[in-house]
Parts: sequence; C-alpha cells; structure tokens
Amino acid sequence: MAAARDGERMSGAVDAVVRLRGVRKAFGSKQVLDGVDLDIAPGEFVALLGPSGTGKTTLLRLLSGLHRPDAGTVLVPRVRTVVYQEPRLVQARRVLANVTIGQRGKAARAPGLAALAEVGLADKARSWPATLSGGEAQRVALARALVRQPELLLLDEPFAALDALTRLQMQELVAELCARHGPAVLLVTHDVDEALLLADRAIVLRDGGFALDRRIDVPRPRDRDDRAVITHRKDYLAALGVAPDRSPRSTDEHVNA
Amino acid sequence: MTVTRERAATPARVLEPPAFLGVETRNRWLSLVLRVSVPALLLAAWWYSTTHDLVSTEVLASPGQVVRAFGELVETGQLWDYGLASFQRAGLGVGIGVGIALVLGLVSGLTRLGEELVDATVQIIRVVPFLALVPLFISWFGVDEAFKVALIAVSSASPMYAYTYLGVRSVDRKVVEAARGFGLRGFRLAIGVILPSALPNILMALRICLGISLVGLIAAEQVGATEGIGYLVTLAQQYYRNDYMVLCIVIYALIGIGVDLVIRLVERTAMPWRRHGTASG
Repeated sequence: MAAARDGERMSGAVDAVVRLRGVRKAFGSKQVLDGVDLDIAPGEFVALLGPSGTGKTTLLRLLSGLHRPDAGTVLVPRVRTVVYQEPRLVQARRVLANVTIGQRGKAARAPGLAALAEVGLADKARSWPATLSGGEAQRVALARALVRQPELLLLDEPFAALDALTRLQMQELVAELCARHGPAVLLVTHDVDEALLLADRAIVLRDGGFALDRRIDVPRPRDRDDRAVITHRKDYLAALGVAPDRSPRSTDEHVNA
Repeated sequence: MTVTRERAATPARVLEPPAFLGVETRNRWLSLVLRVSVPALLLAAWWYSTTHDLVSTEVLASPGQVVRAFGELVETGQLWDYGLASFQRAGLGVGIGVGIALVLGLVSGLTRLGEELVDATVQIIRVVPFLALVPLFISWFGVDEAFKVALIAVSSASPMYAYTYLGVRSVDRKVVEAARGFGLRGFRLAIGVILPSALPNILMALRICLGISLVGLIAAEQVGATEGIGYLVTLAQQYYRNDYMVLCIVIYALIGIGVDLVIRLVERTAMPWRRHGTASG
C-alpha cells in the first residue's frame, strides 16, 4: 500500500487530502479554471474566495465528481461530503432518515442521532424537513455531512441563504464541529470576513488561477477588529478587486460590492 | 499555530480521482438510432412474420397489403374526404371542450369561490366515462354532427380541466404575490403571469385531449356517419377487411405522431424561456 500504484493514485506518503495538478475547465469559450494546482493538508481549513462566476463552485464540483476536468488530475479521499447553499433535504423522509441517507441498517441510527445532537437538533429527529426553519434545515445538512466522518468536507456557500444572526451562529457551529472532528475543509464563500474568521488558509480565485493564497495565522477565537485581521481583509479585498482605500466614493460603493 | 487538531493517524491515505456523479452527455446520433431501433425492429418482425407464413394474413395483414389498401383509399379520394370530415369534427369538438375546460380550470384554480362552485361538480362529471353518454346524447342531439361534436367536446374537456387546475395551483405563489404587489390584478394577472407559468401543464393536457378525441371520434362515427376515419374502422369490421383494420391503426399512429410533433413545436415557440437556463448553477 505504500508505493504509488499508478500515476492516478497516491498512498500514505503524501501528506495531503486533496491534490490538484494543472486542472483546467472551460464552459464554452470561458476558461474558468486555467491550470490550477492545489494541495490541502489533513485537517486544514481552506476558504476559497472569488467574485461571482469565477469558478469557485466549479472547483468544488470537480472535487465532488459532478464535473470532469478538461485536463489535469484531481485526487480526493474516498470519504468526502458536501453541504450546499440550500439544505437539499429529501422532503419525503424524516430528519433522522435524511441524516443517515445512503447508510443501511439500524447501526446508522445512533451516529445519526449523535450528529443531530451535535448540531442541537436531537429533538427534531422525527420531524419532517418542511417543518424546519432555514437555519435548522442547514444544520441537518451539516449533521448529514459530518455523520460519515469525512476526511474532506466541502462547504458550498453554506451560510449564504441564512439571515445574519443565524449565519453567525452557524459559523460558530461549523468552526466548533470542524475543530472537533478535524476533516480537511474547503469552504467556498464570497464573504471575506467569514473566510478570515474560519480558515487556516484563504485563497482568492480570479481569472482562472489563484490571485492570493495565504495562511491566516491569527489565534482563535478571532475578532474581526483584530489588527492582523484588518490587514488581511484589506489585502483580500484588493485581490478581489474591491479596494476601499483607492475608490473615490468609497463608503457607499464597497458595501454593495 | 493554534490550528493543531487531533486526528487518528491514518497509516495509508489513498487518494483517487472522484467517481463521476454528473450527467453523462450522450451522443445525439447514438441516442437517435436507439430511439428508432425498437419501432424498426417491430416493423421488421411484422413484415417477416406475415410474408413467411408465420402469421396468417387473415389474422394480421402484411405491410404490403396495408400499403395497397392505403393506395386504394388515396386513389378513390376517400382518405382526403374522410380525413377532412374527421378533422372538422375533432377540431370543433376539441376547440369547444378545451375552451370551456380552460376557462373553468382557470376560474377554479384562481379563485376560492370558483373552486367551491366548479371543482366538486366537474370532478364528479370527470369520473363518468364519456362513452356512457352516447345513448343519452343520441336522444338529445340525434345522430348528426351536433352529437359527434358534443361527444368529442365532452371527452376532451375533462383532462384539460384537471391539468389546467393543477397547473394554476402549482404556479409559484411567491411570484403571484409579487405581481399582485406591483398592482397586477384579475384578468391581467391571469394572462400575464399565471397562464404562462401553467402553460407546460396546459400543453401536456392538449396532447392528452387530442389523443382522447380520437377515441371520441371512433365512438361518434360508429353511428350515423358516412365518412370519417372512425367510420373507416366500422367499415373494416363490417366487411371483415383485415388490411383496412391494420391500416386504421397505422393511420391513428401517424395522427398521434403528427399531433405530438405539432405540440412540441408549439411548446418551443410558446415557451421560449424553457430553451434558456441550465440545470446547474
């Protein structure tokens, strides 16, 4: 098991759970990913930032097998799960059945209930998805993703559809659960503050490649008014093409961007 | 730094390309060939079994005989006359039936009062097989055109009503709310917002209606008719002409395909928004 079996597979010698090499993907004439290299270490929390339509979600869909790359290699661990922007629960099955979906037998019940307890929804196990609030449904989706103990957790703007207060609670919950379970995480987001709050490393995807890729070495729990965070924010906003200092009519403009 | 996390050390981490979960794009030509292949095989089996005496032509006429019968019909001009007569009946009947059902479906789908007044009654009428109305209709309308058109109208009204009602009911409430908020009311709301959203259902219903109207046509033209493609079935039965019996089936199949093609064309032109937009974001 130690040696690489072929060019497409890798074994324990590699200390990475995600390995992309020269990945290219185009939609029509638009080259969304133009030769992307990326390694994600075990347990590393990576945030992927970028303006709309730059291929953040495309990259995530490549990792979950929903797209095929035009060129390059995509290597991922076997156990990986996704939380999408919407909960994507099966309306015809109860909450617990949604969490344990795809797993057979009674053995899945206990871990499913434990996962629901972790997201604070132990009492909702027998509820129908339609009776949940947006935040609750998204927590069920999180429980569904964590119950499999993934090596790689993919988060596709999981907080975007939530209200501001619920979003803060959700971010805290995700930070806590990821710290406890320790999967490698790829968080796709367009919120710089969210990335700086949660990630060990934040990447800006722009024009088919990484415009900025930096470790965020700020001790946790993080404060958005921390000096280091403020410096990072400036750099990331600049990399995203939103430069608050240089804009002449700054205050109104960059809030909307 | 502070990001150290506990994790059971995995001795050998195997990475692999993810299994493809997306939708495979199919070769269009292969898809077309596969679609055509089953009907083609059936046709070949029909031809082979009837020309090689596996099946008696008393039981099932051969393709050659059917083509000859078709030639006869074309030569005598009957095909054209019969087709036109049936087309007029079906067109008039479906037009009246679908028109009334569309209005009723909209009314009961749109308004509470309409639903209370219309829906229960129509649902009761809907479960009555329309063929049971034949004797009653004959005693009311006689055996002439009025009877035939009425029967076809009734046969095509019920699916149209059911699908229109369903379509109107499943229109996105939020969009309707928004449109109301911008001052769209009543007729303009129905025509501008609700009807377009319910259009897929309504066109689906039209397809079914036209199919059912053929059944109505056969039933109606069994009595008091001297021409029409339903009359042709009766004629074939009376003279025990197997080639004509099969020909009728072929004609119905062709009409069915024709209707489907026309409705698909209408779908494309009437719902241009469907061609744009993709499943994935």
